[in-house]
Amino acid sequence: MNQTQSSGSGWVARVWPLVPIVAALLFTSALLLLFGASPAEAYRAMWDGSFGGSDKILGVIAFWVPLVLCSVGLLITFTAGLWNIGVEGQIVLGAIFASWVALRLSGPAWLLIPVEIGAAMLGGALWAALSAVLKTRGRVNEIFSGLALNGLAIILTNYLISGPWQPPEGGSFRGTAPFQDAALLPRLLESRFSPLSLVLAGLAFAAVFFILRGTTWGLKLKALGKNPASAYLLGVSSERETIMAMMFCGALAGLGGAVRVLSWFDSLRQSISGGIGFLALLIVMLAAYRILWVPFIAFFFSVVLNGSITLQLKTQLHSSLGGILTGVMVLFVLLFGSAKQLGIGGQASTGAGDAPEAIPPPPADTIAGDITPNVRGGD
Amino acid sequence: MRVELRDIRKYFGAVKANDGISLTLEPGKIYALVGENGAGKSTLMKILSGYQPPTGGDILLDGQPARFHSPADALAKGVGMLYQDPLDMPPFRVIDNYLLGRDRRLRLDYKSARAELVALASRYGFAIDPNATIDSLSMGERQQLELVRLLAGGAQVLILDEPTTGISAEQKEILFESMHKMTREEGKTVILVSHKLEEVQELCIYAYVLRRGKLVGGQELPCASEALVEMMFGQLPQRSRRPAFTLGTPVLELQDVTINTYQLTVPDVNLTVRAGEVFGFAGLEGSGQRLVLQACAGLMPPGKGHVRLGGQDVTGWGYHRLQQHGVGYVAAGRLEEGLVAGLSLTEHLILARPEKQFFIDWPGNRAAMTERIATYQIVGQPETTADALSGGNQQRLLFALLNTPLKLLLLEHPTRGLDVRSADYTWQLLYNRRADGTAILFISADLDEIIAHSDRIAVFSGGRMSRVVDARETTADELGHLIGGQA
Repeated sequence: MNQTQSSGSGWVARVWPLVPIVAALLFTSALLLLFGASPAEAYRAMWDGSFGGSDKILGVIAFWVPLVLCSVGLLITFTAGLWNIGVEGQIVLGAIFASWVALRLSGPAWLLIPVEIGAAMLGGALWAALSAVLKTRGRVNEIFSGLALNGLAIILTNYLISGPWQPPEGGSFRGTAPFQDAALLPRLLESRFSPLSLVLAGLAFAAVFFILRGTTWGLKLKALGKNPASAYLLGVSSERETIMAMMFCGALAGLGGAVRVLSWFDSLRQSISGGIGFLALLIVMLAAYRILWVPFIAFFFSVVLNGSITLQLKTQLHSSLGGILTGVMVLFVLLFGSAKQLGIGGQASTGAGDAPEAIPPPPADTIAGDITPNVRGGD
Repeated sequence: MRVELRDIRKYFGAVKANDGISLTLEPGKIYALVGENGAGKSTLMKILSGYQPPTGGDILLDGQPARFHSPADALAKGVGMLYQDPLDMPPFRVIDNYLLGRDRRLRLDYKSARAELVALASRYGFAIDPNATIDSLSMGERQQLELVRLLAGGAQVLILDEPTTGISAEQKEILFESMHKMTREEGKTVILVSHKLEEVQELCIYAYVLRRGKLVGGQELPCASEALVEMMFGQLPQRSRRPAFTLGTPVLELQDVTINTYQLTVPDVNLTVRAGEVFGFAGLEGSGQRLVLQACAGLMPPGKGHVRLGGQDVTGWGYHRLQQHGVGYVAAGRLEEGLVAGLSLTEHLILARPEKQFFIDWPGNRAAMTERIATYQIVGQPETTADALSGGNQQRLLFALLNTPLKLLLLEHPTRGLDVRSADYTWQLLYNRRADGTAILFISADLDEIIAHSDRIAVFSGGRMSRVVDARETTADELGHLIGGQA
């Protein structure tokens, strides 16, 4: 929808988005050479790790699904001009709520799974609502409340794992006992991928697409994000829309958390999110808030991060290379083409206050440290 | 220091904010720079204080041409400006603010700086505690600190922009005292930019008057305030021969409405506006008229008193609730308060419509917008974004977005920036609303407009509302008196 606005200086504008990707690859290659490793070998190992077999490919998709859920949720909050850094905590709360249902209730799968999903969405939404109300009533910036609530969510997980939800055989501090089979999402071929989760992500994607395209609510959020003062005078209630946008995003993040515990893992784990929330923030920034790009960028992230696990097994290199690659790429995107220069600044309004590029992404190594899709361990 | 401005020009696109201004300021004197909002005062002072470069023209300091690269550079050359909102860092201590930008060494010499600060402050009768944090200071104290900082920085020419806004009576006394000291005893040059003509009369020996970017004259002070008002606004127009309209029932009633802000108190406004009436608020900018308008719109809760809309007590109602009950409000800042840059005209219409659909009917709304574009003569397409429109078209868009029927329409500067033809057309559209019984209450910086289009007029001066005058019977003299603050 913004393409028409791009400062159509022909092919330069069209090729420009590729520049940061190429630059990031070059930079990472240089880094590898510096440590005496072969970039070609490393990239091949990553490729094999992602596409070298149907189980690998399904793993990539399984990791991709919650990423898409969180990213499209964040599109809603970004549209409303909100920096929902608390998305990470909202994933965790979704996972906790789903785990409660899985551990405490019993019943047939057709009943249990919808209840789990509903509970997860509720958990994420409530956690997000806390941030929202702190913003509208307490004037606490959502970035800070989000960070604090992220920390609290992790503490809550650790408490549950080591306390009330400890497995009967004693506390391993790694996670709860595996859930009952009926509580898990049906998975495809011994993999971690559940087709049901893909359907849910597709629905979420379509919902966000239509909200932003064709509903009055989406338009209100857009107005709020671009100019709160004018939006108010046009009749938009900033408090109501802020809370609704945050809760919507929280619900999708919570759903992502449910997918993590119910199909990627089979129990509530210590680092249940694995940094997916922060990755989703990067994805939305890289996509410059254009929803159609989101699934592709999320897929690319999933490929790189899953591939780097094999990298560690096959070469002497640490799996954090994937994190470095994605992190560097985001930095290059911010460096080369803050949205305006790219001519994709449709979202970046003329006001200075809301320029999203003002916040640097989290450092690459933190992400890499958190992203360890193979911590499934124990089985 | 003797300051000469020669043929200063500053153009913003086609807008000539300063159009060849030449004036001279002698040392040891206090000058006033007056003019209505948008006359070019701030632009001129920003040029003189190094905040922005002129498009053309020269600044001479003691006969030497000077060129400023930044406000700091201007201060180093002797010109300092005290802004209306002090440029200090609230979480810091006074002494830190004082040193900021002055002591460039790695290790700050607090001891001598503290002594210097206290000595300078006491010379001008200021009492500032160097260890207090800025948060704990009053507006007047922050201003004193800023003044001391400028003086310590070597300012020989001081520009004070609306310095008495938001400070107490005693602080004002001290400030005036210090200004006399700076000029009479120390030979500094002081320029006072102010809308408060009484203060100008009291303090300054000469006033330069700007109008529409040009210097329209100078005046020895004190003089009759009407003379200044006349220069600021130009010749007052003859009353229009607009046919009288039979007024209906009271739409808006204000009873003892008092509004308190940290800058200004507007006491005890009593006012009734009737259906079909056009009521104008005159007065220099910041005299309280905008606060009253915002109180009627539910944007500024009154501290005391009652607001009634069509007989119903709506005191304390929020803007959105009043909006649903037939109140329309058009603010002065178009892209700041009213329109959203980046949204199309159709999208604005969808947001502004009272009935909200869940799914947007794009073709229907596009058609409705096309219709309004034609009615309001907007040069643009339904898909055009609001920021791509010219100022005049943005203004017409704001009118196009108002709903029908309205009980009360509140307008700030309804025709600012419009050419004569479109201003006339705007008023024609506004008059049409009288037939629906809409009461119109507007503020304007343009006395011509107020006299030509109002049924009745109230003038604000320093927060006080004057008696209500009939637009058909008032005289230029009477309004000049009222604007100057005389009863």
